Amino acid sequence: MTAFESLHDETKASFWVRKTSGMIKFLRRNAVAYLFLAPWLLGFLVLTLYPMIYSLGLSFTNYDFTQPNATQWIGLGNYLKMFGSVFGLSEFTASTGELMRVDPYYMKSLSVTLTYVFVSVPLKLIFALAVAMLMNQKLRGVPFYRAVYYIPTLLGGSVAIAVLWRKLFEKDGLINGVLTGVGFTDLPGWITNPNYALGTLILLTVWQFGSSMIIFLAGLKQIPQEYYEAASVDGANKVRQFFSITIPLLSPVILFNLVIQIIGAFQAFTQAYIIGGGKGGVLNSTLFYTLHLYIQGWTYHEMGYASAMAWVLLLIIAVITAVVFRSSSWWVSYGVGE
Amino acid sequence: MKTRTILRHSLTHLFIIGLGVFMIYPVIWMIVSSFKPNNMIFSDPGIIPKAVTIENYLTGWKGYAGTSFGTFFVNSLTMCAVAIVGNVISCSMAGYAFARLKFAGRGLWFAVMMATLMLPGHVTLVPRYILFNTFGWVGSYLPILVPKFLATDAFFVFLLVQFMRSLPKEVEEAAIIDGCGKIGVFLRIIIPLASPALVTTALFTFLWTWDDFFNHLLYLTSPDTFTVSRALRTFVGDAGAVNNWGGALAMSTLSIIPAFILFFSLQKYFVQGITTTGIKG
Repeated sequence: MTAFESLHDETKASFWVRKTSGMIKFLRRNAVAYLFLAPWLLGFLVLTLYPMIYSLGLSFTNYDFTQPNATQWIGLGNYLKMFGSVFGLSEFTASTGELMRVDPYYMKSLSVTLTYVFVSVPLKLIFALAVAMLMNQKLRGVPFYRAVYYIPTLLGGSVAIAVLWRKLFEKDGLINGVLTGVGFTDLPGWITNPNYALGTLILLTVWQFGSSMIIFLAGLKQIPQEYYEAASVDGANKVRQFFSITIPLLSPVILFNLVIQIIGAFQAFTQAYIIGGGKGGVLNSTLFYTLHLYIQGWTYHEMGYASAMAWVLLLIIAVITAVVFRSSSWWVSYGVGE
Repeated sequence: MKTRTILRHSLTHLFIIGLGVFMIYPVIWMIVSSFKPNNMIFSDPGIIPKAVTIENYLTGWKGYAGTSFGTFFVNSLTMCAVAIVGNVISCSMAGYAFARLKFAGRGLWFAVMMATLMLPGHVTLVPRYILFNTFGWVGSYLPILVPKFLATDAFFVFLLVQFMRSLPKEVEEAAIIDGCGKIGVFLRIIIPLASPALVTTALFTFLWTWDDFFNHLLYLTSPDTFTVSRALRTFVGDAGAVNNWGGALAMSTLSIIPAFILFFSLQKYFVQGITTTGIKG
């Protein structure tokens, strides 16, 4: 018994010796790498991971930036505030006993954003691919053309272009001036008409197809010319070649562009903010999700609610991205062998 | 046959040029209109002005709230310069660690870094704001600039990892044999060899910081700290009812000049940046 105990003590001591020397070894092996990684790691922990957990917590509270001491736990109250109208509610009693109103604009902002994403992204990619194919010919001046077509993308995210866009599509703006010149009459103010306002924003997004075009162009250059030659010897016409060679071989690039653009489109903010004058436009026709989030959090100081909205946005993006990746198994081919 | 090819090529050229002019017409129109007298801007859709004036630039430059656009430009340029320093240092350090060093937890951290690439920034927005507010940073440039020194733009980390991985290992190995440590390898070998990717990083950091509006809207509170993008928004106003549209277009035109200069002088870096990371836009 005593022998066993002393043996135990011995192993314990040697365990600590081993553990300490192991730690020293670990540090010696990894310290330099972690030194290089330190800024990123600190940034991740303090500015990403901690805020994520914090905002998840806030999303279950009625945290108000101007009165943080009045914060109460309200359970799923913020989530019901978003989706209450789905269940036909207009108000409900929160777990605090307080009466909460369902957000009357949330579903509108969601549908505006989904429309925007699902119309602008496909249009943008189709346009980008068409122009990339046009440029993928043995033509002089392609680098110059590519540069010109990239200009809208270069500038498109700026406040300057949003200001310009608002001027272009006004009732007495440039677009209507040109249209009147070619004989149209009775034209609407595109920005101020709820039927067209979102359309002008979609147009502004599609206009910026430059990045996708450059990525498609790089992808097209990877497709061996022999495939097309062999296909045309076999009698396949251009359309057939497009669907049997170009699309399948380009499918990984299409997937890549699709995911990047969807994630980006869900987060669009600046253009809607400037064109709508800091609000959601006429009848909230351009009330983008992020704009609504900003208004809730920073105009009304409802930061608990804004956090809940951010988490739902994250979930929506995650689900849609996952669906796109899942679906890719039947439309994306990697390599010719498959 | 030969003439047919020439004809087809000419038609393609014509089509590309036509579409290109159509595409950049709004931008050209903005530049031209900024030189038109205020009352003629919207009555005249043409791009050849009937009268030319620099009045818009003079009135626009005065800015508002006693702050001129000179201040806004200096603010934007200063912010961009610091942001570039931050991103180049922090992202190249992280890039080197991921691309070239072996350490416990590398796979995990790399996966985490890649996941943050896709993370919508809004889930960290409110707590970051609260955090920066407790530090007393709201109203200063710190909430915008400090994250740059902590490599929060995962796009650039990814870009640099990709680039550094493609560098030949021989020079590095020779340096190690000569007694060069990891830090020495990073400073003397990796950084010089990775300079094209660092230029791309600097370039996009500049453009994104220059064009960023959301963070400037959140964190900049007084006009004397405003950047060009933030100032332009207030200059135009909520209802867009300002009388001085000429001034707004003139200042908008000035605000896109830096992007133009960088784009036409550093074009190959753009293509590299876009194709290796699929940079958004």
